[in-house]
Amino acid sequence: MTLSAADFAFVAGLVRRESAIVLTPGKEYLVEARLLPVARQAGAASVAEFLAGLQRRPDPTANRSVVDALTTNETSWFRDREPFTALTDVVLPELVTSRAPTRSLRIWSAACSSGQEPYSLAITLQQALPAGWRYHITGTDISTEMIKRASAGEFSQVEVNRGLPVQQLVHHFTRSGTGWKVTPALRENITFQQLNLTAPLPSMAPFDVIFLRNVLIYFDVETKRSVLRSVSRLLRPDGWLFLGAAETTIGVDESFERVAIGRTSAYRPRVQVPAGALGKG
Amino acid sequence: MHAIVIDDSRAMRLILRRIVGQLGFEVSDAEDGRAALDLLAGMETVPNLALVDWNMPNMNGLEFVTAAREDERLRDMTLVMVTTESEQSHIVRALAAGAHEYVIKPFTSEAMIEKLALLGLVPTGANS
Repeated sequence: MTLSAADFAFVAGLVRRESAIVLTPGKEYLVEARLLPVARQAGAASVAEFLAGLQRRPDPTANRSVVDALTTNETSWFRDREPFTALTDVVLPELVTSRAPTRSLRIWSAACSSGQEPYSLAITLQQALPAGWRYHITGTDISTEMIKRASAGEFSQVEVNRGLPVQQLVHHFTRSGTGWKVTPALRENITFQQLNLTAPLPSMAPFDVIFLRNVLIYFDVETKRSVLRSVSRLLRPDGWLFLGAAETTIGVDESFERVAIGRTSAYRPRVQVPAGALGKG
Repeated sequence: MHAIVIDDSRAMRLILRRIVGQLGFEVSDAEDGRAALDLLAGMETVPNLALVDWNMPNMNGLEFVTAAREDERLRDMTLVMVTTESEQSHIVRALAAGAHEYVIKPFTSEAMIEKLALLGLVPTGANS
């Protein structure tokens, strides 16, 4: 689904004219990934279709959306904060009770990009879990390039400025050239692998918590439904699913119920009541 | 809410004034730590936030943070270092002296706002 050279040149020209930011070749993946939600919102089936329309019929509002999508929001640590607060305040205390026999948790960061989310999860778990507990985090992304970056655990100065409390920076990172590298202690409980959520998923042991944030927005309703269905098979029956702030299972997959936690929401598999238990009348 | 920006670069003072000004802070500024302490001594109420450069003439940022932490009157002021000093040892020294946060230059306004949000100094929704 990589962008054609002509489409990339069109976008790069537009962004340079409107923002003076230069998109160098090699950023095709970034352009495609950032523009997909914009294209979907405009009713186009793909980024290529959206850009073809824009080239035929210039539209200042759409131009602005393209420029905004490409010039803001590099991934933050503890992005949106509330899901991490919910994890610490509600989800982990409950899991510490229910998983006491095994003292072990499995977490999936299902669209981990360059790794800020799984590393933020690891920091949260290290702080919140009682001594003697183990955890494992699986970080997956559709981009092999992103998985390579996440796996290396190296971040630029600009990246570590984004939402990472400085105490966490000095505790979990060491200087590496002009940037920072996560410590082996933080890295060791995380496995990274390339994974396409819209293809059949590999077999994995079920997870206690799944972070599937800001990824459903890229899909049409049918694909959302199919992704939620396959993800739910990998979530334990009493597990927790976190979506992005603008995403919901409501109207897409009714096998989940929404649970409000503070200023955010999580989703849990609905308890399946066996037909015989309903009784008559 | 009131902030004081302490930096010997006029350009940096303007940038920081604009960022925290947009968040609704009333902003004062000083060009080094000594000037800031003098300014603070004359203020009726102490600012909620100080954004402090490290390398400045007369009194540097680390000395200012140390002095501010020793001053009972300035106890409630949140101290954020904003500096090009990016070595781990510098950060650790600043935290040990009493800084609450540390922003490394260059930074984006989003990064600064996120740091202030971590400290509970951004009204809900202002950083979205």
